[in-house]
Amino acid sequence: MPIPHYLPHSSLQQLFEALTEDGYAIVGPQAKENRIDFGEIRNTAELPWGIGLIQDAGASQLVDGPKNRCFAWANGPQAMKPLLFAPREPLWQIRHGKNGYVVDAINPETRRLAVIGLRPCDLSALRIQDQHFLEGQYPDSHYGARREGLLVIAVNCTHPAATCFCASTGDGPGAKESFDIALTEDDNGFVVETGSPEGEQILARLALKEALSTQMETAADNLRNAASSQRRSLVSDNLRDVLMSRLDHPHWDEVAERCLACGNCTAVCPTCFCHAEIEEASLGGNHSLHSREWDSCFGERHGYIHGKQLRPEIKQRYRQWLTHKLATWHDQFGRSGCVGCGRCIACCPVGIDITEEAAALLK
Amino acid sequence: MKNTLPRLAVHKFSSCDGCQLAFLNAGEALLTLSRRAEIIHFSEAGWENPLAKVDIAFVEGSISTPKDLERIKAVRESANTLVTIGACATAGGLQALRNGVKQFADWVGDVYASPEYIQSLPESRPISAHVKVDLELWGCPVTGKQVLDALGDLLNGITPVNSSEPVCSECKRSGHVCVLVSKKEPCMGPVTRTGCGALCPAFGRACYGCFGPAEQANTASLAKQFEHMGLSAKDISRRFLFITSATQPFSDTGHGYLEQEDV
Ligand code: SF4
Ligand code: SF4
Ligand code: SF4
Ligand code: SF4
Repeated sequence: MPIPHYLPHSSLQQLFEALTEDGYAIVGPQAKENRIDFGEIRNTAELPWGIGLIQDAGASQLVDGPKNRCFAWANGPQAMKPLLFAPREPLWQIRHGKNGYVVDAINPETRRLAVIGLRPCDLSALRIQDQHFLEGQYPDSHYGARREGLLVIAVNCTHPAATCFCASTGDGPGAKESFDIALTEDDNGFVVETGSPEGEQILARLALKEALSTQMETAADNLRNAASSQRRSLVSDNLRDVLMSRLDHPHWDEVAERCLACGNCTAVCPTCFCHAEIEEASLGGNHSLHSREWDSCFGERHGYIHGKQLRPEIKQRYRQWLTHKLATWHDQFGRSGCVGCGRCIACCPVGIDITEEAAALLK
Repeated sequence: MKNTLPRLAVHKFSSCDGCQLAFLNAGEALLTLSRRAEIIHFSEAGWENPLAKVDIAFVEGSISTPKDLERIKAVRESANTLVTIGACATAGGLQALRNGVKQFADWVGDVYASPEYIQSLPESRPISAHVKVDLELWGCPVTGKQVLDALGDLLNGITPVNSSEPVCSECKRSGHVCVLVSKKEPCMGPVTRTGCGALCPAFGRACYGCFGPAEQANTASLAKQFEHMGLSAKDISRRFLFITSATQPFSDTGHGYLEQEDV
């Protein structure tokens, strides 16, 4: 285990410069239009300094935060997912050629990304998405091309939102693996750990001091407090059998009365990966573009097979979402599909709370 | 060669003419279209041939007058495929706000100097209330892409995709800020069908439902959420009784709140 170092806030820009020298485009969080949004940044001044974030069921609001912190908030609606699994992208084009149809593959343009500000829950979600897109029999070349050369600079959570429950799912608030560099912020800078040779190589060029034991204790304290401050929780056991035995529970009807089937929960969930494929034939009739886009189990297409809608009602769609996420996910991925990020709770227009619904179903 | 091309017509009923602009504003696509089809009737663009037989007729506007009612039957007879474009043709439109209003006759007297010239049916209704419609494109107005994609699909012999997913799906794919959860704006996106590309949230404002209800529009739950957010019964009724007021479930939810307001 490499020795933790200390990166003062005043040296953060040096880290950015080292990343730029190595040819990375830096993607990080910014406070934008009342939310935290990930986008390309060049300068540490663009980070959300002095910003806090209040999230609750169906509510998300930026507020003033501690002046000398740039990571004093938990998460925005998206982080890693759209960077690797594009919300909509063309896959191929088919056209008339001399001897029949010609298919032209459309490969994504990619850059090496260094993403700073991913949370421990995001790292767990990234592992699941990797498993889904890359580790099966048919690896996804578009996801793979974007994933290659990705550098992960995680930031541990010192300021969880009221919607966070990663402590109960075991995914946070401190990162254990799947990062190149991990930071824990205090008022003056960050305790830095490395998790890969790439991370070490970059840090070695910054001439950082080893972290003092007091700095490490503060970091550990902050993470302990972050964990104990979380009020929501999800039973961490494998809920597969118990949930699958309650497919007729009356609570599904109760949720269905509130649920809008809007799909916001699935769109913001960092582990959701469903997509639909669409075909756009040109008006001229000489070519057709084949794309894929994010889909949702709350949508009409998801449960439709030729001639039949398998899930015609909201009740069945909500049940599909929750039982996939918390039950059958175990069969597919060896763990639950929920990493405790709370995004689906904050982004649900009517404030439906997966932890409360699960608790009601388990009663 | 030319007379083997599929024949098109664009008809106007009670409407503002805005949806026909989907064709007029299409630019280069019009040149492509001229190689794929022949426009037989399109008054706004100068072709007058309202009763000629066509393969595809696009219909803008609602059935709001006795004359509309006669004409739509003839248009249906003339076309193999009938496609409605826009909220008026598909849902009765803004003019359907008069449906069910008891004092309608008084209004006509108040508004027009010579009310005897006004011949309106008691209700403005969608085309589908009177004749069989093969494809309904929603929106106020429809977008050019929506219309040209559907036309392209029809010309290419495939069933047009006509998504009824909620605006939220497109809003999230586009990465817009959710005005409902972060600004507490009464956004209709969760119950409104997509097609606009989440245009209003892209500009930081709440969707007002101009594309009509999505496939599983849970209007009762969204209305309840608007109540929690502090909207009055009147304001809630107005969210639902607007561009597509005559369509279910917007109509029932909206009228339910309207009645609460009345008592
Ligand atoms: S189910 Fe909700 S809390 Fe769990 S990972 Fe998905 S968005 Fe986060
Ligand atoms: S749980 Fe909430 S976010 Fe998810 S589909 Fe239902 S209303 Fe939308
Ligand atoms: S802004 Fe409106 S359309 Fe967009 S996600 Fe929020 S509720 Fe849905
Ligand atoms: S966001 Fe809503 S009101 Fe705005 S254009 Fe789209 S459907 Fe119409």
